[in-house]
Amino acid sequence: MVTLAKTGNEVMAEAMRQIDPDVVAAYPITPATEVVMIFAQFVADGLVGTEYIPVESEHSAMSACVGAATTGARVMTGTSSQGLALMYEILPIASALRLPIIMCEVNRALSGPINIHCDHSDTMGCRDFGWLQIFSENAQEAYDNVIQAVRIAEDPRVMLPTMVTTDGFIISHCMEKVEVLEDKVAKDYVGEKKSPYSVLDVDKPVTIGALDLTDYYFEHKMPVIQAMKDARQVILEAGKDFGKRFGRPYGFFEKYKLDDAEFAIVALGSTCGTARVAIDELREKGIKAGMLKLRLFRPFPAEEIAEALSQVPNIAVLDRSDSFNAQGGPVFTEVRSAMYNRNAKIINYVYGLGGRDINVAQIKEVFCQLGRADKMPMVNYLGVRE
Amino acid sequence: MKQEILEIRWHGRGGQGAKTAALLFADAALTSGKCVQAFPEYGPERMGAPVAAFNRLSDQPITLHCSITEPKIVIVLDATLMGKVNVIEGLPADGILIVNTTDAPAKVRESLKLKGSRVFTVDASGISKQSIGRDIPNTPMLGALLKASGILDFSATLAETETKLKKKFASKPEVVEGNLQAIRRAHEEVKGE
Repeated sequence: MVTLAKTGNEVMAEAMRQIDPDVVAAYPITPATEVVMIFAQFVADGLVGTEYIPVESEHSAMSACVGAATTGARVMTGTSSQGLALMYEILPIASALRLPIIMCEVNRALSGPINIHCDHSDTMGCRDFGWLQIFSENAQEAYDNVIQAVRIAEDPRVMLPTMVTTDGFIISHCMEKVEVLEDKVAKDYVGEKKSPYSVLDVDKPVTIGALDLTDYYFEHKMPVIQAMKDARQVILEAGKDFGKRFGRPYGFFEKYKLDDAEFAIVALGSTCGTARVAIDELREKGIKAGMLKLRLFRPFPAEEIAEALSQVPNIAVLDRSDSFNAQGGPVFTEVRSAMYNRNAKIINYVYGLGGRDINVAQIKEVFCQLGRADKMPMVNYLGVRE
Repeated sequence: MKQEILEIRWHGRGGQGAKTAALLFADAALTSGKCVQAFPEYGPERMGAPVAAFNRLSDQPITLHCSITEPKIVIVLDATLMGKVNVIEGLPADGILIVNTTDAPAKVRESLKLKGSRVFTVDASGISKQSIGRDIPNTPMLGALLKASGILDFSATLAETETKLKKKFASKPEVVEGNLQAIRRAHEEVKGE
């Protein structure tokens, strides 16, 4: 283990170097540019054996990833916001074909208005496309999650594409203390890619991407549905083994001072780090505040979340995107659905759209308002001017 | 107990190296065993436009990821920003302001109508032109910061910076010595009131 000062983008590129994928196809976009830029330098310097395909758009990037992955190659890419949106057409094809492509995604608001800062609207826009989605609180988790993602995605029980996200600029461009594994132990953990078929294997011909109408489409979707369910066990195993080997265990989520909490928030990403400070300050005043930091959004660990929150009477779900469904953000609707038939009061805060800062005082105010949750609207908007 | 975190804000213009200075400083602080953060003002940066960069330092892990609004130390790489950007915004009464200028600290204090805080000045541009051959004030300001704040051991930090610069400028070794000289000179020449 080496301790380094690295940004979120730098450690994602570093993880990619250690994974040494067969193919990377990417088109740069702020704030994810550095991920593939640094990786391209690794390719140019001969530090990896990767075939790097500099394509002319993100649509082509994901198309090239799909094509490469059908040969059995280990394939990675990186993107953000509009770039991810341009990939949308191809993303469900990757999952339907059971191609474990790994994406380093840097969360950035979708246009418009045009904006380059962090919110989660880009990945929330493709949450139902059959990709696993793993969020990171900081650069350390970004690194750890990318390493784990390969093993999870390529597990025969899963074989689904996976995106690991960081908060744009807040994590992608923040240099922090990070512990990076030795190359060999990282490679040992990730393992060799095993593929059930290759489109280039002429002795075992396969048909890929065939037309599938009312006759078999449904049957061909069922394995994807099942794999997403089975992924939960694989994610737990990978996180546990990671902890055993390197001292940093991972699960579906992290409980922070949650067990005796009377007031809890549920959140994703970098905000959870700021929330720890707010919770510590409230605890010093005797207020039983806590947090469920969600790491895994797809598949959504509904039962486990409901269990973890079962003793908490007042819950605020923080969403860094809105669903424009007139009933709350995507994390809120999932958590509330998971908590159906439970007795908790659950309210929603949409915050941080387009990179709007969220600070300790605002999070403390959320806890304060949870004290009168009965009188609060179901959906609230935090840090926005009237 | 509330965690002690030192927060720093760097003001400069795009191209002057405010972000690089914050990164170099964080890297050096990490080597001395501190937990660190360094991040630029989030935005599209343009050459010559006002930019800012930030540091957090602590003995414990830093989990905060919100912006810095009340920095203990403010460093101004370009004195022409004063009056255009509110460089003393959020600076507390026990704060430290370090400005790259040939003016004396008292004159800077007067021009900013600053009450409280300690003011330091150093001709980082002049030092940079003589030592490095170009007006790149960020590395000399690192020397001034170390002197004014006393937060890190100077010789250890200088040695660490040397290692980092040698790696960054492997093909231009002459740049390294110039930068180190600039840091040493600014460390000696910075004036406080």
